[in-house]
Amino acid sequence: MSRGGSQDAVVVEGLVKRFGGNTALDGVDLAVPEGTVLGLLGPNGAGKTTVVRILSTLLQADGGRATVAGLDVATQADQVRGVIGLTGQYAAVDEYLTGVENLEMVGRLYRLGKKEARSRAVDLLDRFDLSDAARRPAKTYSGGMRRRLDIAASLIARPRVLFLDEPTTGLDPRSRLGMWEFIADLVSDGTTILLTTQYLEEADRLADAMVVIDRGRVIARGTADELKAQVGGERLELTVGSVPELARATEELRSLALDEPRSDEQTRRLTLPVSGGAATLAEALRRLEQAGVTLLDVGLRRPDLDDVFLTLTGRPAEDAAPSGDGASTPARTEETVR
Amino acid sequence: MSALTNTVSDSLVITRRNLIKVKRVPDLIVFATLSPIMFVLLFRYVFGGAINLPDGITYAEFLLPGIFAQTVVFGSTTTGASIAEDLQKGLIDRFRSLPMSRSAVLIGRTVADLGLNAISIVVMALTGLLVGWRINSSVPEAIGGFLILLVFAFAVSWMMALVGLLVRTPEVVNNASFIVIFPLTFVANTFVPLESFPSVLRTFAEWNPVSTVVQAARNLFGNQPDSVPVADAWSLQNPVLYTLIWAAVILAVFVPLAVRAYLGTAKR
Ligand SMILES: Nc1ncnc2c1ncn2[C@@H]1O[C@H](COP(=O)(O)OP(=O)(O)OP(=O)(O)O)[C@@H](O)[C@H]1O
Ligand SMILES: [Mg+2]
Repeated sequence: MSRGGSQDAVVVEGLVKRFGGNTALDGVDLAVPEGTVLGLLGPNGAGKTTVVRILSTLLQADGGRATVAGLDVATQADQVRGVIGLTGQYAAVDEYLTGVENLEMVGRLYRLGKKEARSRAVDLLDRFDLSDAARRPAKTYSGGMRRRLDIAASLIARPRVLFLDEPTTGLDPRSRLGMWEFIADLVSDGTTILLTTQYLEEADRLADAMVVIDRGRVIARGTADELKAQVGGERLELTVGSVPELARATEELRSLALDEPRSDEQTRRLTLPVSGGAATLAEALRRLEQAGVTLLDVGLRRPDLDDVFLTLTGRPAEDAAPSGDGASTPARTEETVR
Repeated sequence: MSALTNTVSDSLVITRRNLIKVKRVPDLIVFATLSPIMFVLLFRYVFGGAINLPDGITYAEFLLPGIFAQTVVFGSTTTGASIAEDLQKGLIDRFRSLPMSRSAVLIGRTVADLGLNAISIVVMALTGLLVGWRINSSVPEAIGGFLILLVFAFAVSWMMALVGLLVRTPEVVNNASFIVIFPLTFVANTFVPLESFPSVLRTFAEWNPVSTVVQAARNLFGNQPDSVPVADAWSLQNPVLYTLIWAAVILAVFVPLAVRAYLGTAKR
């Protein structure tokens, strides 16, 4: 439910979007309080980009309504565009322009003066480690550099509300950390951010609240801790020596699990939701030793967002197939769905 | 700032951006001018002898206005391909999320392409002068000749802008526009006198705006001596007026359609 009120910089109520017969959004509600970060999570095809595109006035909704900074995205689209910054899922930079020229162009189109556009451009290039490449055409940039330039472009006019659609996809770990710091700085300066991501760690790090959507519907919301609590229990995770042993271990331990165990043949890893802490761990070790299963690694941990995801959607976060078809979805997920 | 000054300043920003690409990719301008030069030389020296003209005019004089027209009309097809490329690369999305004027992206595109066409015409005119083409009219008339070519090309650019927004794949835009542009430029008085056409094609050619822009240019450059008769069709007797009406109608129809398509690009 939307919390409403004037302190929400983004309010979305009952948003519906259809593409032909395909319902991409099926009544999404969410709110982003001013000056906070909302993480919008969901598997591929969940509708995250569609939400962002409607909020940034690129798409028109078929139902429901949405406001940004109190402005209706459908009827006050022009004003909305003046207060937002958008970084789309795919970098949108002009390859033939240099880094500075790209930023200056966007700055000018936000109606900044020539001088201001130039000085903002120089600052942002510096901030995003692009100063050395500032005078080279973006054609010569690596994927990560383009991504950073794209994000810089969306920040040039200091937007009040920023939409970031998978902002760190394709960035190396160092750039990703830099981006996280930068996003944290923006928030401390009062920017409101709606961010979609495939990286649960990223949402955990940056987002004050999260909304999980799947097939166009909200399936969970709350802080990272609330979501984890919703999933409950602990996770016993172990890695075994061979694939046949994986099946054997699964059989041995099934009775300890609260829910269907999850095994991955590629990593030979078995994950079981359990309760009972150390005693359960000891019991598991005893059984495996008796069965002669080689253990490479074993541990007990709190559920992470991957578990949240899997439990809520029946699919792991990074799985490609929205329909959960066999090709890219290992058998284990089908078990979890049932 | 008023809406109009916003549109003008945003359009200038976009025009500048498009021209920077021309500067960075000089091949664009090289090929845009090389092919007309090739056309001038091919038609002048290879086919020139085979094409019968009435006395009183050389083939070079007859030919050049036709080449000008064909080249600028082809030049306008780049508008569609460039817009499709911007769409594909997500730049149109970027622009549409900015608080900029709604028509500036298209104006900036068509104006930049107008600039390219102007450069092509200059190169062709210089080549033409080398192979025997002459301007036999006053300076204002000659300027009028260049202007009417550019005005018509500008209108065609807006048609191509719509094609680019609807078709969305640069290569397909090129092929699709050639299918339309080739018959228009060849079933016309561009390279051969209309007398040589069979009657049905001839009527089409007489009312084809490409014929009339060519005729207008011939008249204004003084490449149509009084001794050589022009077909009786009203379009060819009043080629400047007829061409300007076409340009106005094309703009009146395609500017709003293209802007609407631009605003709706993401609706699918
Ligand atoms: N322009 C479009 N035309 C038709 N269907 C579309 C269009 N855009 C999105 N869809 C469909 O809408 C659904 C939601 O897509 P969306 O891009 O919002 O997902 P997403 O959550 O961003 O996925 P990803 O993680 O892969 O980016 C998908 O089923 C997709 O196929
Ligand atoms: Mg997406």
